[in-house]
Amino acid sequence: MNFIIMRVVRAVLTMVLVVTAVFFASRISGNPIDIMFPEGLSPEEYAFWENYFGLDKSYFQQYLAYFRGLIQGNFGLSLTEFRPVTEIYAERLPNTIYLFGSAFLLALAVGLPLGIYAAVNRDKPITTAIMAVAFFGYAIPNYILAIFMILIFSFWLHLMPSSGNMTWVHFVMPTVTLAMAMMAWNIRFTRSAMLEILNEDFVRTARAKGLREVVVINKHALRNAMIPIVSNLGLQVAGFVGWVVLVEAVFALEGIGALIVRGALLRDFAVLQFGIIVWAAVVIAANLIVDFIYTLLDPRVRIVK
Amino acid sequence: MANFEMNKSDAAPRQKATQQYFKSVQDSSWLIKFCFILLGLLIAVALLAPLLAPHDPNAQSLLSRLRPPIGFDRYKEGFLVGTDELGRDLLSRLLYGLRFTLLIAVIGSIISMIIGSVIGIISGFVGGIVDNLLMGLVDIQIAFPFTLMALLAVAVFGTDLTIFVIIIGLADWDKYARVVRGQIIAIREAPYIDAVRVTGAGPYRIIRHHMLPNIASPIIVLWTFGVSNVILLESSLSFLGLGVQPPTATLGSMTGFGRDYLASYPHIGLAPALMILVIALVFLLLGDWLRDTLDVRLKRQT
Repeated sequence: MNFIIMRVVRAVLTMVLVVTAVFFASRISGNPIDIMFPEGLSPEEYAFWENYFGLDKSYFQQYLAYFRGLIQGNFGLSLTEFRPVTEIYAERLPNTIYLFGSAFLLALAVGLPLGIYAAVNRDKPITTAIMAVAFFGYAIPNYILAIFMILIFSFWLHLMPSSGNMTWVHFVMPTVTLAMAMMAWNIRFTRSAMLEILNEDFVRTARAKGLREVVVINKHALRNAMIPIVSNLGLQVAGFVGWVVLVEAVFALEGIGALIVRGALLRDFAVLQFGIIVWAAVVIAANLIVDFIYTLLDPRVRIVK
Repeated sequence: MANFEMNKSDAAPRQKATQQYFKSVQDSSWLIKFCFILLGLLIAVALLAPLLAPHDPNAQSLLSRLRPPIGFDRYKEGFLVGTDELGRDLLSRLLYGLRFTLLIAVIGSIISMIIGSVIGIISGFVGGIVDNLLMGLVDIQIAFPFTLMALLAVAVFGTDLTIFVIIIGLADWDKYARVVRGQIIAIREAPYIDAVRVTGAGPYRIIRHHMLPNIASPIIVLWTFGVSNVILLESSLSFLGLGVQPPTATLGSMTGFGRDYLASYPHIGLAPALMILVIALVFLLLGDWLRDTLDVRLKRQT
């Protein structure tokens, strides 16, 4: 229990740190009014907007106001679209969820069994092939893979649309691109986790008892290998948000990754801030959930902390 | 006097390690040898780019825009890989792009190495609450997707080259910090460190003359992995348009601009994309091999 509480406290602290960093970073970079009205304003208008956004107060007061706004669900207005950032994100969130969710599940459904297979059947030719694919998927940057896929399937074979997010067909290539890297990661990780467990004494004991190989693998080896595998999946959420940004950019898929990049390029800080804060929250939550699952799967963690 | 003795006894195993290293290159598979040759070639080409490039990489020519590579229709004499949307010679841009990509990666990863090692040394040497605080920072860096931090930094500071290199340099420090800290803690209580301490050496002297030489090799091994990480990070940021600004090209930004012409002029994006692919494969294969051969000490640590 102590372990969980410590983790929660740490997650909250990390979150506060992220929000603080984001707030001060965007204040260093200059006055949002200058970014909103690049042509310049008369002093009265300037004073009005300064008062409207609360920029005439001290940094610390602004910071407190910003925090209060966050807690009340007020994340500010987009400087380029003049509407609440939450509204803009709500429109685009489903696209990213479809993309990341389907890629995650696909990578899990393919990668996990292949990884286990590769660990159990070490010296078969199929294993060599699997590991070669895994190596390639791991090595190739996903936007490069995306470019090859677009060339082959869109412009050469004319099978798939090269960009956009109108129908489910548009999601096929982005999902496969993203899933490729995650799958490769899953295969490599699952295999090494399984191999380690298969070398343990208790696996030999299970075999010596005369248990069937299926039982040895599923009940004795896999259950123990699941602990590192699950924690790896949590880290995957953290590692692959950066990849989502790239995949969305290549395929011009209107998700929140592309939105954040646009926010950075146009210096639309409200959009950028919200994106970073939400994404950080997702990552931190994912890590926290992994810790919870950890304690469920492995009683030793509960005791030792 | 003590110092002299140390050096003398250090020299023999170090020489032996170098010999082992060359021997393992000789024993390695043809694939690894091939990778080494490719790596040498890439570095040589990057260094010699100004001599090898047939044209000025930024010279535009509206008359020879969007020409295909040799062997295709409309190929223009002297432009082996074709030209881009502004009529610039693609081959020259590739050479200079490679040069820039590698340069940024090397400088960036050295920055990471220095920051990470300093933090690791302080953390391991001082210990206590300082150690906890610094390792907390490392945990945050690991949990937080770096791409997002880079996006924020670009929005705040703009896309200046110096700033970009610094951002890149902040990407990888956590790995060095963790390993160096572990190494320092491992040797902190070693008898020879105690002996030096008894003779009255201060912390700077202990770290500089007695600890650093002993932890140098894992740092260097980490650095070789770091370079490839940083190359990929740099090219993906540049691909998004957040990196080095035009007309200067890196391989990533060339791929990014080439993306818009894929339908009719695929060579513009394909050429740099293939180059990044080759670099990524070479570095990863060599990295895996290096880990297997040299990395006994690291394996024990992490």
